[in-house]
Amino acid sequence: MYTDKVMDHFMNPRNVGEIEGASGVGTVGNAKCGDIMRIYLDIDENQVVRDAKFKTFGCGAAIATSSMATELIIGKTVQEALELTNKAVMDALGGLPPVKVHCSLLAEQAVHAALWDYAQKNNLVIEGLEPPVEDIDELEHEEDEE
Amino acid sequence: MIYMDNAATTRMSKEVFDAMTPYMLEQYANAAGTYSFAAKSTEAIEKARKQTAAVIGAKANEIYFTSGGTESDNWALKGAAKAYAAKGKHIITSAIEHHAILHTCDALKKDGYDITILPVDADGKVSPADVEAAIRPDTILVSIMAANNEIGTIQPLREIGEITKKHGVLFHTDAVQAYAHIPLNVDEMHIDLLSASAHKFHGPKGVGILYVRRGVKLTNFMDGGAQEKKRRAGTSNVPGIVGMGAAAQIAMANMEESIKKVSEVRDHLIGRIVAEIPHAKLNGHKTDRLPGNVNFCFRFIEGESMLMLLDANGICASSGSACTSGSLDPSHVLLAIGLPHEIAHGSLRLSLCEDNTMEQADFVVDQLKTIIPRLRAMSPLYEDFVRENA
Repeated sequence: MYTDKVMDHFMNPRNVGEIEGASGVGTVGNAKCGDIMRIYLDIDENQVVRDAKFKTFGCGAAIATSSMATELIIGKTVQEALELTNKAVMDALGGLPPVKVHCSLLAEQAVHAALWDYAQKNNLVIEGLEPPVEDIDELEHEEDEE
Repeated sequence: MIYMDNAATTRMSKEVFDAMTPYMLEQYANAAGTYSFAAKSTEAIEKARKQTAAVIGAKANEIYFTSGGTESDNWALKGAAKAYAAKGKHIITSAIEHHAILHTCDALKKDGYDITILPVDADGKVSPADVEAAIRPDTILVSIMAANNEIGTIQPLREIGEITKKHGVLFHTDAVQAYAHIPLNVDEMHIDLLSASAHKFHGPKGVGILYVRRGVKLTNFMDGGAQEKKRRAGTSNVPGIVGMGAAAQIAMANMEESIKKVSEVRDHLIGRIVAEIPHAKLNGHKTDRLPGNVNFCFRFIEGESMLMLLDANGICASSGSACTSGSLDPSHVLLAIGLPHEIAHGSLRLSLCEDNTMEQADFVVDQLKTIIPRLRAMSPLYEDFVRENA
């Protein structure tokens, strides 16, 4: 059911771990629904993502999307990282089964939440950055109904 | 490959396959034919009827062949509900039934039936006292599974049967996981209707039985030809029925030995997991459980990723996590025994048969001892737990 790329990122996830004294940390999802993603960012003085790490509780797709999302934002500016969409994560993984699309949304939200934390800590305003969604699954349910 | 998903389905045994093939290649007649060529098909069906009846102490003429457990469950519930609607429209079942029962009850509810869903205790047992308390003058049927497919808990069928008999209420049991695995007797347990499926005990897929006690009324579920004494229409699945009969006979003959062998491997698996993997919880009753069922929740991790890593090591198992159920909720069985969602997501079911060895069990535990720490090292829940307990 998963592409080779998803399997690769699940079996050999990139950037698993924590960053001591991270510039920003974001956690999204809830254990009730079976996925939680936490992304740590190390952002330099030029607002470039020097490093990103993740911890994820979830299915194969949740782990693979976290891995891919961190890979896609390392070396990018804060603004570029903000523009990372769930679709870009999915495309980079060669697609996800329909029931797993929410995992890519979670990855996008986790990056946003970590950026939000970074902005808060540094009293920055990042254009286009919204406060993190408290409960990603609420968001999904609304979208499901459309 | 190590196959530990025998509660999902089993490998067909060679003897069963050999018993079936003549009824595909040579003796292919429609059993309803009037020529002598068809008579052998009829004889084969009647032999299988005796073989499948013997497993539960029933009479051959109380066995009806169906397409499997799901059809048998649908027929038992919908058939009894319609046939006894004049008496009442109340049905009692439990929260841990298979979806073939629960979704059938949902359908009946839409047709105006009143359904009582009994809770279970932390081990997954239905209390006979709860059954008795739920019976009303308009109750027509109690349906409680013989043994649970996920957590393996065996229900107190005899006690429940005594209650239903006393109150003149029909007793159906979904015995898909229990039939031909553990001793069952429809008379001793006062069972009126019983569903079973051949592929759960090394028989073919697509065939099952519904035991219907003599005198129990059921409206037809499949209308059409005059097969199965006009109660279940459709050309008889002769090879499937022959296969089910053969599988039942083999299971019957070896049951005692098989229970001993399989439960030894089960207990070895359970013992090692409890001793060697921290934050693991055994689900289901400790002793009243199916010989082949092992079900654990491992905290801080999610079931599907565990299954994928087991699969990468050649191990077939299953889980009750949301990702494997196709919804956001984990298994209704794990929730019914009182597990919080986040723990229920981390469940693993290993279901064994006679083919599984101690060596395989050891290999699986050794793999789990690598896989579980690996996933925990990736888990933010575990990170938080370690931090809070530092």
